[in-house]
Amino acid sequence: MNSTVLLNIARFILLLAAQVLIFNEIDFWGYVNPYPYILFILLFPVNGNKSALLAASFFLGIIMDMFCDSGGVHATACVVLAYVRPTFFKFSFGVSYEYQTVRINDKLTPERFSFLLISVFTHHIILFLLEIFKITFILDILLRTLLSSVFTLILCIVVIYIFKPSTKR
Amino acid sequence: MQQIVNFLFKNSNKLLFLLLLGISLVLTIQSHSYHRSEVVTSANFISGGVYEKIHNVKEYLNLKTQNEQLAKENAILKKLLYNAKDSTAIVVRDSLKGYRGMNTIISKVIKNSYNVKENYLTLNSGTKAGIKPDMGVVNALGIVGIVEHTSANYATVISVLNVKSQINAKIKKSNHFGTLRWDGKSTGFVQLIDVPRLANVRKGDTIVTGNESVTFPPNVGIGVIDKIYTDKETNYFTLNVRLFNDMTNLGHVYVIENYEKKEIEELEAKTVIENE
Repeated sequence: MNSTVLLNIARFILLLAAQVLIFNEIDFWGYVNPYPYILFILLFPVNGNKSALLAASFFLGIIMDMFCDSGGVHATACVVLAYVRPTFFKFSFGVSYEYQTVRINDKLTPERFSFLLISVFTHHIILFLLEIFKITFILDILLRTLLSSVFTLILCIVVIYIFKPSTKR
Repeated sequence: MQQIVNFLFKNSNKLLFLLLLGISLVLTIQSHSYHRSEVVTSANFISGGVYEKIHNVKEYLNLKTQNEQLAKENAILKKLLYNAKDSTAIVVRDSLKGYRGMNTIISKVIKNSYNVKENYLTLNSGTKAGIKPDMGVVNALGIVGIVEHTSANYATVISVLNVKSQINAKIKKSNHFGTLRWDGKSTGFVQLIDVPRLANVRKGDTIVTGNESVTFPPNVGIGVIDKIYTDKETNYFTLNVRLFNDMTNLGHVYVIENYEKKEIEELEAKTVIENE
């Protein structure tokens, strides 16, 4: 077990705990909740094992579903996000992202911001689409997605800044 | 065969994704159907346990409001209970006001005393809330006392733990009644005196308020018989009653207003005067 694996396990547990204990209780305006637990998927090492990420995302989502009593909504959104993550990397950081040392948890640059934004938005729109599950509420879905995305994005950036590794490698 | 294995190996990521997506979508769709999924719910060991912990903390923060809500609800329920229809009694309905027998007013003990012979409690509501002298005071467990004095915002109550207090009480199963007094010895026990020797009493029988009382509704719990002995002078039973209430720990109480009390008392007074 190397330190990266341990770090990711700790991140998994801590983010999940924070989500369930704190962020699920926010209920801003009665329905806007941030979901910063997806940071686990976003911060997963760029060159890490993709299958492991998929499996871990699935479990992350399914545990969230257990706590939210929402069937498989979070699991679906997380699995999709984990699967399309490389595409988003390519979109934000350019085609050769794998050869650069891309690190999300660092100073906020336009590339990193665009990556966070597009990931959070994708996750949330799938989440709310499946959670509400009725096309007649499309405006409601969009509104929730928009508000929650903003909320989550801000929290993600804050969390990244707080836990930014102090020493640069 | 080789090709299939190769294919699986090459596309393992995609296949894993499709598999997991499939599972989660099935769960999602199941959760939206009428028969909810039993697999992923918060009622399981892990999430249930975590939620119980969260609830414990939240409950503590919310204790004040919750208590108040419960007390209010209880007041309504008690009102219903004491106004329960008696099939043998004919209730004349006043078309203007409707029939009202008993009312409960919610209040709170802000000063409790139990260490002297004449104990009084103080409630945090008075005449403004509709409390008048001689109203009965009960809580969820049983009787507490009788209102003595009232001011605009406060009321004092003669505790059952007061040697002056006298409350009509009966044995629940047999309807033999007596007077509830306190000998001033123990905060957990009161005495039911003047119970006829004919009464078949046993240790552990329940004592409740009697039908004679206009202060309390009948059948409010008081306690259970702890000891039975015969009074040497009067030859009546004296019962040592263990109170249901912990009189040293009182919170929310209900003050009972009997709308018919005045009528009953006037009638009785008139009868006594006529017979003299």
